[in-house]
Amino acid sequence: MLGLDFSFINLDVLQKFVWGGLAFSVQLTVIATLGGIFFGTLLALMRLSGRSVLMAPATFYVNGMRSIPLVMVILWFYLLIPFVIGKPIGAEVSAIITFIAFEAAYFSEIMRAGIQSIPRGQVFAGQAMGMTYAQNMRLIVLPQAFRNMLPVLLTQTIILFQDTSLVYAIGAYDLLKGFTNAGKIYGRPEEAYLLAAAVYFVICFALSWGVKRLQAKIAIVR
Amino acid sequence: MTWDWQVFLQDDGSGRNYLEWMLEAWRWTLAVAGASWVVAVAVGAVVGTVRTLQDRPWLVQLANAWVEFFRNIPLLVQIFLWYFVVPKIIPAFQQVPGFVLVVFGLGFFTSARIAEQFRAGIQALPRGQRYAAMAMGFTTWQSYRYVILPMAFRIILPPLTSESMNLLKNSSVAFAVSIAELTMFAMQAQEETSRGIEIYLAVTALYAASAFAVNRVFALIEKKMRIPGFIVAGTGGGH
Repeated sequence: MLGLDFSFINLDVLQKFVWGGLAFSVQLTVIATLGGIFFGTLLALMRLSGRSVLMAPATFYVNGMRSIPLVMVILWFYLLIPFVIGKPIGAEVSAIITFIAFEAAYFSEIMRAGIQSIPRGQVFAGQAMGMTYAQNMRLIVLPQAFRNMLPVLLTQTIILFQDTSLVYAIGAYDLLKGFTNAGKIYGRPEEAYLLAAAVYFVICFALSWGVKRLQAKIAIVR
Repeated sequence: MTWDWQVFLQDDGSGRNYLEWMLEAWRWTLAVAGASWVVAVAVGAVVGTVRTLQDRPWLVQLANAWVEFFRNIPLLVQIFLWYFVVPKIIPAFQQVPGFVLVVFGLGFFTSARIAEQFRAGIQALPRGQRYAAMAMGFTTWQSYRYVILPMAFRIILPPLTSESMNLLKNSSVAFAVSIAELTMFAMQAQEETSRGIEIYLAVTALYAASAFAVNRVFALIEKKMRIPGFIVAGTGGGH
């Protein structure tokens, strides 16, 4: 059919080539999401603090990261990290650091929108109860902002998962590379690419369907 | 660490220096991005509009499938599909140059996202617009052409701006199929000269400048097309 031959795929092949790559892609996504949300929230707080000594570097960082292609950021970090720490670094570790730094900028925009969507009355009520800025943020604003933004954060995570395929630029062994290698070894590159596309599609479609259901469930009736 | 910006004036072995090579690569980036943008907006506008039709559920499902298909597969994988798989499945595509295949890949990927924005923009309009057009005897096509789309387009301009900037950045994935654009230049020049920092800085500056230029062009378009008194619902530039 169409000259395609999928017969080379079996559990053995999948385990040898694809499984390790899938594990890395998932690992990278999870670590980058958690790290990105953590640092992104910090960046958002810096930008909303009102003190220019905090706002300026945060704004510069976020706008800078958002105006450069991800491939260039990956290449930059792969070049600079060994330079800074003085010894060579594997593509996988470089990818993890890159993605945390890159996604922090995108997550910071999401968290900033979330924090700004909280009615000011909440902040004033906290202040009226004698809370400090930090307590206000930690106990009142951030929990609500996080809950409001959860669907958007998860959508960004799905995009992150797709973007992990770009570690191809530095040769890291992710899901796409796993399929590519399998295709090369068995002489069936086109079938391998089709399978990679199918796997990505199934995972991302399932995840975005999950996000839609979550969105419906946690919607707060105001 | 010393700077060596002279590296751009070095010959790269084929009679031209790195600066010329970089500028040519920049032209390729702009060409890929420009052509893909045309494809993306043309297709995205159609698909997005179809998704808002109220009397053709099958077409809506088809458009939904289109958007879901192109949104859930990474761009790099889609480029590989277009470059390697499509010429194998459809022999007619073997004659097509790589540039065109990349334009299709990037264009269709972005068209799914632009379709989402068109749908959101059209649905942001009051329903009364559509019904008023129907009451005046417009056909569906006419009501879209004369009433809905002009207003929706103005609503969409901010997210369309950020989507166009994304398109420019996404053109960098063409490196994977040997299109001679900026990222490919950066990788090759860095290997050849080992002056990675200068090369990457220059390429980064070009990407940032191009993105900024796109942003300004759209700001100008937005200003020219503004309708006095029509307050656009702040659809914060999503990406």
